[in-house]
Amino acid sequence: MNGMIRIVLPYHLRTLARVDSEVQLEVASPATLRSVLDALEARYPVLRGTIRDHGTLKRRPFVRFFACKEDLSLESPETRLPDEVVNGVEPFLIVGAMAGG
Amino acid sequence: MSKIRVLVGTKKGAFILTSDGKRKDWKVSGPHFAGWEMYHLKGSPAEPNRIYASQTSGWFGQVIQRSNDGGKTWETPGSRPEELAGPDGAPKGESNKFVYEGKVGTHKWYDGTQHPWEFKRVWHLEPSLTDPDTVYAGVEDAAIFKTTDGGKTWKELSGLRSAKGHLWQPGAGGMAVHTILLDPKNANRIFIAISAAGAFRTDDGGKTWKPVNRGLKSQYELPDPDVEVGHCVHRIAMHPSRPEVLFMQKHWDVLRTDNAGEQWREVSGNLPTDFGFPIDVHAHEPETIYVVPIKSDSEHFPPDGKLRVYRSKTGGNEWEALTKGLPQKDCYVNVLRDAMAVDSLEPCGVYFGTTGGQVYASANSGDAWNPIVRDLPTVLSVEVQTLR
Repeated sequence: MNGMIRIVLPYHLRTLARVDSEVQLEVASPATLRSVLDALEARYPVLRGTIRDHGTLKRRPFVRFFACKEDLSLESPETRLPDEVVNGVEPFLIVGAMAGG
Repeated sequence: MSKIRVLVGTKKGAFILTSDGKRKDWKVSGPHFAGWEMYHLKGSPAEPNRIYASQTSGWFGQVIQRSNDGGKTWETPGSRPEELAGPDGAPKGESNKFVYEGKVGTHKWYDGTQHPWEFKRVWHLEPSLTDPDTVYAGVEDAAIFKTTDGGKTWKELSGLRSAKGHLWQPGAGGMAVHTILLDPKNANRIFIAISAAGAFRTDDGGKTWKPVNRGLKSQYELPDPDVEVGHCVHRIAMHPSRPEVLFMQKHWDVLRTDNAGEQWREVSGNLPTDFGFPIDVHAHEPETIYVVPIKSDSEHFPPDGKLRVYRSKTGGNEWEALTKGLPQKDCYVNVLRDAMAVDSLEPCGVYFGTTGGQVYASANSGDAWNPIVRDLPTVLSVEVQTLR
């Protein structure tokens, strides 16, 4: 079963992708970190390389993934997203990490 | 009547400054791409309303932007206008894919060990002199890329990294191709400069490259001051009428070559300090050059708190301070390597931007200066278009 996942992008990526608030994407089950990012980049190719590096698909160092008050940034790309995210109750947050003073 | 368009890249967005040929009254447009580091913007000589911009972020990496209307509207190359329209419109472009060719390889790291190449950002965009869809990009970690489809896709000219790339080493500001000079008389010849590797030249359109650093001496930075690669070249400049003559601002020393880099000689002469970043050439006088002396590599500000551009009308060695209209006390800004440019009106206009956010312009070859704007974010680059 596919889920409609809500994704919240940081300000600069919203302006780059020209979206206002949340992005909603249908993601095939089981939804994982990798599959939701694949779906996001497929819908908005301009975001390729801004969240994950081209080629290696490694998360960029100052990008973080949060969901249901948990930090998923260091989890494996195959990690399944929480049910609340898959059901659209909670958003999947892509965040620019705090840096600087 | 002629018009001047100044393209300013800053740490927090891009600004476009326009004036008529009198160069007295200026309009300021921006910030474009607010909040992003705009390393460089440059217009196509073949189609001046086509402008390319390097938009970058420590968080989100690299994006290339392109305008077809002189900077009024922008797009990521690869998106058709109709794809951007409507509630579901979204850029389709993927103009930021800078992937090194073949085996990535390694270069020298700060501790002397070998370190793999890692793409970070585009420092400099150099549009072709004849084709608006062809652009060269100088990037960090140092390499040169080329697009022939208007920025949609980029391909590395990997022969450059074969020119002893394993000996290149980052300076304090990183290791980047920051200067690209296209020879207007020989389409196969390109000069580039890298901190900290030196100057390089190709004579076959970018397939193969060779270091052109003979005569450079880096006695304070390198154990062997005459080494073939490793020099921290800050900037090189060329007058289009004499592409075999180049001028260089090195970490320390100002130099010139009269034979396309085969041999350099120092022309620092009576400069108060020969450390600095930018160097440029007068539009109509190939022996008139400009530098902005900076106190030292430890103190990146003008000597004595006085912001002075130095001009030589003799191709170096004999320099005069240009101070009229520039702050002559308590000034501690820097002028970065890509932040000086000239227009081609008569008399020649000279422009530079500072780390304090001022953009200064002279409409009389440097004799007198005025600030166009005073309070922009740190200026990273300045380019000028003379529109006729």
